[in-house]
Amino acid sequence: MDIRIRLNSQEDTYKLAKILSEYVFPGMIIGLSGDLGSGKTTFTKYLAKEIGVIDVLNSPTFTILKTYKGNFDLYHMDVYRLEGIGYDYELDDFIYGKGIAVIEWCEYIEVMLPEDIIKLSFKFVDEQIRDVLIKGSGKYEKIVEKISDRYSN
Amino acid sequence: MNVLGVETSCDETSVSVVRDGNVVLANEVLSQIDIHKAYGGVVPEIASREHIKGITYVFDQAIKNANLNYEDIDLIAVTKGPGLIGSLLIGINAAKVISLNYNIPIIGVHHISGHIYANYIEQGMEFPLLALVVSGGHTELILMKEHFSFIKLGETQDDAVGEAYDKIARVLGLGYPGGPVVDRLAGSGVDNLNFPRPMIQSGDFNFSFSGLKSHVINTHHNMKQRNIAINIDDFCASFQEAVTDVLVEKTIQAKNKFKVKQVIVAGGVAANSGLRKKMKEKITDIPVFFPKMKFCTDNAAMIGAAGYFQYKKYGKADDLYINGYSRLDLE
Repeated sequence: MDIRIRLNSQEDTYKLAKILSEYVFPGMIIGLSGDLGSGKTTFTKYLAKEIGVIDVLNSPTFTILKTYKGNFDLYHMDVYRLEGIGYDYELDDFIYGKGIAVIEWCEYIEVMLPEDIIKLSFKFVDEQIRDVLIKGSGKYEKIVEKISDRYSN
Repeated sequence: MNVLGVETSCDETSVSVVRDGNVVLANEVLSQIDIHKAYGGVVPEIASREHIKGITYVFDQAIKNANLNYEDIDLIAVTKGPGLIGSLLIGINAAKVISLNYNIPIIGVHHISGHIYANYIEQGMEFPLLALVVSGGHTELILMKEHFSFIKLGETQDDAVGEAYDKIARVLGLGYPGGPVVDRLAGSGVDNLNFPRPMIQSGDFNFSFSGLKSHVINTHHNMKQRNIAINIDDFCASFQEAVTDVLVEKTIQAKNKFKVKQVIVAGGVAANSGLRKKMKEKITDIPVFFPKMKFCTDNAAMIGAAGYFQYKKYGKADDLYINGYSRLDLE
């Protein structure tokens, strides 16, 4: 199951994060992809806010992982630097942890990811506009269906 | 008091011996930068393995070069975060072994307090002071009213300044690490691309470099598509001017508001020549301190210095359950 949504502004990104936040659960794995500046961290910021994270969520590129506490634990990863390496055993505990894992540049660690996952691919249209393709496999198909319903109504 | 400092939060394996927070008896640094260069950045798993290879040697060298024995050490100060979790744990566990074996008290130190105290070594501090912390992972303004008291005035809302440098360098094809090369090329370029100065008049002490990064990347992309000749030096100069304008202006705003007696700059980006120059040109009413070049990048001397003041302030050590943290509040 996959859907494509146009985000005309940051408010639209916020709305999408808000909708997704209603379907989060412990152990959820969210993969994000898209070029530098396409909105992955912005989306994560909004998602964090919606699940009750109070601390400032800023880029985890340097340490690859930053963990936050909210209504759920949030493990925010940016595996940009693992391009061509493909794996980092230290991330296993967090990808498959009790909290919600959000993985930016998830395509770089494809072999570490499970079959069941929800992936959001951001595409740059212009300064303001982004297209996002949301794909859910396995148990995530239902979530994508629900998101799709929210946008068709 | 002789403090054994241990720092393994990223890609430097370092052990120091520092007396009373400012006399460096030894500061051994084993850098992995050449290993990580091939990957365009630090690779956590490789960093951990390299720390394991080097850590025993670095401990031995530090003790030997300080002309001391472990029996002469009064305190062990080890970085507990923020940083790469696997790398941190290697330094922490090595420190615990020495602590347990020689019955030396141990404390876990915040990496950024170390960068700040890099300025105390051979220079001293006068309070209240304002610290601008700029590195690959941090961009923060911190107010200190006394030793080991940190009030965060503001921080980056997205990318750290050093990270923005690395990403720009990657897009411009300049390799890793990006900071030093962009800084060097900026010296022969002209600030003619009108890059934005994000949040410069936001009225708070927060920063944002993600938008600037995107703007630079888009400009580069558009010029390439339209076959406009790209002058890399001008790109570097325009980017560096934008970044340093924001850093210096926010520092001045905070300096005036809190009437501090000195400004210190800490972290790897404190080595940036453009930032050093502009800071010293624009702030003339109070002293501006930068750490000595060898204490700008990650090193254990700064951890030994910070550990000394942390121990003095709280008067107690930690137990052997110290853990490592990828993200950790300074306050």
